Amino acid sequence: MGKEKLKPGPLARRPDNSAFKQQRLPAWSPMLTANTVLPFFYIMSSVCLLLGVWLLLTVQSTHELKLDYTEMGDCARCFEMRKNVSSAAQDCTCTVGFSIEKAFKGDVFFYYGLRNFHQNLRRYMDSRDDGQMVGRKRRLKNPTSYCKPFDRDVNGVPIVPCGAIANSIFNDSFTLTYLSPSGPVDVSLIRKGLTWYTDKNIKYRNPKTDNLSLAEEFEGTTRPPYWQKLVYQLDPADPTNNGFVNDDLIVWMREAAFPNFKKLYGFLQRAEKPFTNGLPKGNYTIQISYNFPVQPFQGRKEVVLTTLTWFGGQNHFLPIAYLVTSSLILVTSVVLTVVWWKFGKGGKNMEE
Amino acid sequence: MRCDEYEEIELKMGSFVSYIGKLFGGEKRKELERHLRANDRHFNLSYRYAKNAIKTSKYNILTFLPLNLFEQFTRLANAYFLFLIIIQLFPEISALPWYTTAVPLALVLSVSGVKDAIDDINRHKCDKQVNNRTVDVLINGQLKKEKWLNVQVGDIIKLENNQFVAADVLLLSSSEPLNLVYVETTELDGETNLKVKQATTVTGKMGFNIEALARFNAEVRCEPPNNRLDKFKGTLILDGEVHSLDNDKVLLRGCALRNTDWCFGLVIFAGPDTKLMQNSGRSTFKRTSVDHFMNILVLCIFGLLMAMCLILAIGHAIWETKAGSVFQVFLPPIPGVGIGLSSFLSFWSYVIVLNMVVPISLYVSVEMIRLGNSFFIDWDRKMYYSKNDTPAQARTTSLNEELGQIKYIFSDKTGTLTQNIMTFNKCSINGKAYGELYDFTGQRVEITETTERLDFSWNQLADPKFIFHDHSLMETVREGNPEAQAFFRLLALCHTVMPEEKTEGELNYQAQSPDEGALVTAARNFGFVFRSRTPESITVMEMGRKVVYDLVAILDFNNVRKRMSVIVRSPEGKLTLYCKGADTIIYERLHPSCDKLMEVTTRHLNEYAGDGLRTLVLAYKELDESYLKEWRQRHHEASIALDGREERLDQIYEDIEKDLILLGATAVEDKLQDGVPQTIEQLAKADMKIWVLTGDKQETAENIGYSCNMLREEMSEVFIVAANTAQGVKEELQYARRKMSPDSAEEPSVVRARAGMFWLQKTETLQDENVDGDYALIINGHSLAFALEKELQLELLRTACMCQTVICCRVTPLQKAQVVQLVKKYKQAITLAIGDGANDVSMIKAAHIGVGISGQEGMQAVLSSDFSIAQFRYLQRLLLVHGRWSYLRMCKFLRYFFYKNFTFAFALFWYAFFCGFSGQIVYDDWFITLFNLVYTALPVLGLGLFDQDVSDRWSLQYPQLFSPGQLNAYFDKKVFLSCMMHSWYSSVILFFVPWAAMQDAVREDGRDAADFQTFAIMGQTCLFLVVSIQLCLESYYWTFINQFFIWGSIAVYFAVSFIMNCNGIFIMFNSMFPFIGAARNSLSQPSAWLTMFLTCLLCLLPVVAVRFFLMQIRPTINDKVRHKVRKEGPPAPAPLHQRPRRFSTRRSSYAFSHSRGYGELVTSRGFLPKRSLKSRPALFLNTDPPLAEKQPQLYRTISEEPEEPQGPQARM
Repeated sequence: MGKEKLKPGPLARRPDNSAFKQQRLPAWSPMLTANTVLPFFYIMSSVCLLLGVWLLLTVQSTHELKLDYTEMGDCARCFEMRKNVSSAAQDCTCTVGFSIEKAFKGDVFFYYGLRNFHQNLRRYMDSRDDGQMVGRKRRLKNPTSYCKPFDRDVNGVPIVPCGAIANSIFNDSFTLTYLSPSGPVDVSLIRKGLTWYTDKNIKYRNPKTDNLSLAEEFEGTTRPPYWQKLVYQLDPADPTNNGFVNDDLIVWMREAAFPNFKKLYGFLQRAEKPFTNGLPKGNYTIQISYNFPVQPFQGRKEVVLTTLTWFGGQNHFLPIAYLVTSSLILVTSVVLTVVWWKFGKGGKNMEE
Repeated sequence: MRCDEYEEIELKMGSFVSYIGKLFGGEKRKELERHLRANDRHFNLSYRYAKNAIKTSKYNILTFLPLNLFEQFTRLANAYFLFLIIIQLFPEISALPWYTTAVPLALVLSVSGVKDAIDDINRHKCDKQVNNRTVDVLINGQLKKEKWLNVQVGDIIKLENNQFVAADVLLLSSSEPLNLVYVETTELDGETNLKVKQATTVTGKMGFNIEALARFNAEVRCEPPNNRLDKFKGTLILDGEVHSLDNDKVLLRGCALRNTDWCFGLVIFAGPDTKLMQNSGRSTFKRTSVDHFMNILVLCIFGLLMAMCLILAIGHAIWETKAGSVFQVFLPPIPGVGIGLSSFLSFWSYVIVLNMVVPISLYVSVEMIRLGNSFFIDWDRKMYYSKNDTPAQARTTSLNEELGQIKYIFSDKTGTLTQNIMTFNKCSINGKAYGELYDFTGQRVEITETTERLDFSWNQLADPKFIFHDHSLMETVREGNPEAQAFFRLLALCHTVMPEEKTEGELNYQAQSPDEGALVTAARNFGFVFRSRTPESITVMEMGRKVVYDLVAILDFNNVRKRMSVIVRSPEGKLTLYCKGADTIIYERLHPSCDKLMEVTTRHLNEYAGDGLRTLVLAYKELDESYLKEWRQRHHEASIALDGREERLDQIYEDIEKDLILLGATAVEDKLQDGVPQTIEQLAKADMKIWVLTGDKQETAENIGYSCNMLREEMSEVFIVAANTAQGVKEELQYARRKMSPDSAEEPSVVRARAGMFWLQKTETLQDENVDGDYALIINGHSLAFALEKELQLELLRTACMCQTVICCRVTPLQKAQVVQLVKKYKQAITLAIGDGANDVSMIKAAHIGVGISGQEGMQAVLSSDFSIAQFRYLQRLLLVHGRWSYLRMCKFLRYFFYKNFTFAFALFWYAFFCGFSGQIVYDDWFITLFNLVYTALPVLGLGLFDQDVSDRWSLQYPQLFSPGQLNAYFDKKVFLSCMMHSWYSSVILFFVPWAAMQDAVREDGRDAADFQTFAIMGQTCLFLVVSIQLCLESYYWTFINQFFIWGSIAVYFAVSFIMNCNGIFIMFNSMFPFIGAARNSLSQPSAWLTMFLTCLLCLLPVVAVRFFLMQIRPTINDKVRHKVRKEGPPAPAPLHQRPRRFSTRRSSYAFSHSRGYGELVTSRGFLPKRSLKSRPALFLNTDPPLAEKQPQLYRTISEEPEEPQGPQARM
């Protein structure tokens, strides 16, 4: 084993007297003693209690409204229509109404939600080409094989953006109207800045345009089969929101972890009255351009309106979990204290 | 490395090779009788006897790669990983890239490949060296130097002094008178005294006559190759006359020729057929019990993995039919893949995904931890023996943790417990005791290394090795005290030692037993130098004066007499009988006038016996000429009597050996190694059972048992089994058992169970039986042979296991191994064998752990051992400190490792229920690749290398800490199950808490936070933090290295996460790092940190609570000792306490020796022609170097004026 040392002398093979080799490294041997464990438990219990209460108060101050519009009102008509693939190209618009009892104060966010839509299937998640969407020209014409069968159309023309994810983009659109006492007012939503900075600026890029228009860049490609528009027609008005860098596309392309999810559609434009303080209470309608079929996979569609706090949306799980944890720890610490008092006090259980 | 020492191993390997050869080279008839003809190669070749060549290497250049790879892939784990790599190559299945498995596997394979290659190269070298040793072979009437490998059965070879015997040979003739040959059989049976072999006269008369030898064409018929060292039966047919051959005429391979110029021998058995080889046990690849258990676990885990994958595949099928089929709009199926096939594919996907439960890093880490712990053994200064510059050595790096589980220790005696040095220590002369030192106050002074020694420089013939401390004895002798002079005169005269004076004044004694040598040497140093003998005279230098005594008679030792006497006539014509023997025997024959002296001497004898010394009582008697004449007449008549000669002689001896005058007593110490009694005491406290297996005589073994505290006066009973029939042995064993445990069942209770892989292995366990009181069992080799038979072995084991101490004496090497195997088989306990000589090799190989004592005679034991230490006492540190730590570390490591990976795999399992059983992994690919390899590799190694519950001093202070290891308490099925439950709980928390917290969450600015990547980052961070903190909880000993590893890993984790999620790397390799920005966006969220904090609390607080609870209710021995450590600080180093003085009425003396002395030989006429001083070359000149090194130069050359040569000068 150990290398023979070439030290001369009678003690040539004597091992070194180092703390490491002799396993005498200075060390701290912590031990679970009553002095440390019990106070720690009590402290943790109170920390959790405080956190729980604080979070609960925070969450209570938010507002949230969920509206499952899948078959709501006259959307039932569209729902039926979308059952039939042959009528997929036909427009269908429906309107649903709701009322807000208490004004939504502050920034209000508008989400669309899907239930039972599996964006997290392995093959589905693989079915995209990041190289294409970061603007690699080579990839534009040669989508990765992972995109199959949405890599090329029947004529062999490359699909842009390729893959199942892009193909299945959520394509309902919403118009929110406030039925104010003085008549309906369109609630304008900001539909940009919905994405992570990294997504918008790094992960998704249009092919480099050397004085070419976007349309020319994308020449020789075609749209995904379920799309109505080509990729460079997503927002012709705004070149920074068109092509691969379209916010809606980017939001969709960020796959959800679970089959029930919501994605940001827009947020309230608070520049004008009566929306400067958020959404006032009252009645609202949403006009929906109902395109996305959920009937085949027994999914549901919903819109969510919510205000946010510093730790995200209205999620009661964390505050409650903290409160429950706190009480569990408290019970445990009491039990441990009793046990310690009965058995271990003064080290009496440690005698041999 | 010296190659001589490889021989043992090589021989064994040779047999393996020949075995293979038999398998493939056509069947070979089982040999019933060996038939050979001297000098007739043609005739002998027809029998196809094994050659003397040796092949131990396994590979050559061409076969290395395929054979080695094949061997490596026969290991289950390696094959499994290969299989994983193969299925990862299919894109439909692969959920992970192939290199995640391939890179570690390639690493593992190449490291062990290189190791094997180096080993094999060494073997090649040593094969060559041993096979190319030369020996003189008589070919076509001429002596030719031939390589060992060319020696064949039937060849006549010439051996020279200090050479190893090349094969088992029949002694034909020798340079010594009477065709005697002295051999040292240490390598063979561990006995150090020289043995005498004698050739038959028909062959002996050939002498050095080459022509006669070349013409020699006798036929030999003898038994087939076997392993009995002490038996040989055969016949020599020469010129139609049949002579019988026995063991005395055979030299065995492995012996070394001593004090014999040359001899000729006829090769009977060669190579693998030699008795040495036949005696070495099979060597098997040793694996630890933890290893075995781990293999079983891996199989179970594999089963679990399959079950999990099956569940998920079924889930996949159900999901596909219900949900997937309707989701096909968005995700069309792969063409041609139906639900069945797709579930099948998903099954294998999950096999890949969940293979984390048994990652290859487990095996790599286990090996590294063992290697590290082996280095700690090598590095331990407290196991370094400075006297011969020998550190401890872990020769096998894969058995460390088993050192912490030892239950049975089998120890050799000579060289292991004892130093194999006999020293004349004390004596009682005429009622005055000598040999001890007292200070001014009359307190006994401990004699140490530094105590001043007696200066013998006045005596030019003194032996410089002899050490004595008591000045008063020397003063008494030099003052001319008649009793003291008579005492030493007796020692110089009454013995059968043969002197050798090879060069002028260089005295060398050939003693039949080392005790006798010690006594004669003592007399030599105190001025009574035994110089030479002839059959009729003994020459002694008495205080510088040459005195020649006429040797009238030698009344030799035997077992019954337990004494020996000589009758000498001094130059003045005074006739004296000198007698020495066992006290009881001599006391019966003393003159009544000695009663008073007897009392005092008895007191001294009791003291000596209490110190574990071997005692002899000396007495003398003046004879008158007439009586002697008459006595000699009767003696002569008796010695020629045809019937009852022995009895009549004994009677005549009795007649003269009476009315003796007591002179005193001697005490000879069979020197124990340092610290042996303390070590044995410590090991016994740690609940280890120590069995001594020795080739030595029963008396000697028993005596050592007493002196190292294994046998004690206060023991309830010491049973001695020494029957000569199977029935007798059975009765004696049963008697002992009934005595110890009267109500024990007659039939042994054997629990049959199954264990091992696939539960294929049947185990039989003999239950321990409880006994009140301490008992000991001593069994001799003869009885052991019967007791090891199938019918009696359980009886033996039962009885032996009831006893505190078991001593087996006169056992052969093979019996040693059989005893070990018996215990291994029926006790299912971990065994350790410790020894120093070649005779221990088989036992060392048979035991779970073999420990060799290094730096002593020969290296055979060390070479086949797993650990080598320089001194027996280091065994306690090796076991109680290193073994315990290694076991603790390994178990902790395994527990933690399985916990960590199970948690990981279970979390992946839960996610399957949310992703349509599609094989999607909940964490980042890179996290999976790096989790075991980078993020947790070093911290867990730190745990496995540095953890210690209590320091080494405390470990030695509380040997009880060792017992959890023997019970396998730290890592067994129960522990593993609880470990699994724990990880199940952790994985539930680790998956569902983030799930609940995240599923509806958004960032504070409203953007996505419930997406897959954010969830993955958060989930894996939770997991990583929890397992890291759990590691801190596991660790008892937080050195800065551990802390550095843990904090470093955490830092590396975050650094790597951010780097892999950064912009630049995505732009360069966008398909490999799709997680761009995820870490930034996820970990900047307060809610993420709140979730992590919650999961950590929920995972870890229960662990703390349960541990604290158990510690209060049911503290383990570890807890108790650790509590003490906290309260008291480090213990003082154990004082080297002096053992209390004991008195004992039990005595032993070598006079109980089994075998007769050389008496007959000494007085025989044939001995008469003395060699001349000049005609003989100095010994130790033409020797091969390793042997010369091994043989200590015992006696210095002293220069004095040349003596006139004694005895006739003529030489045969």
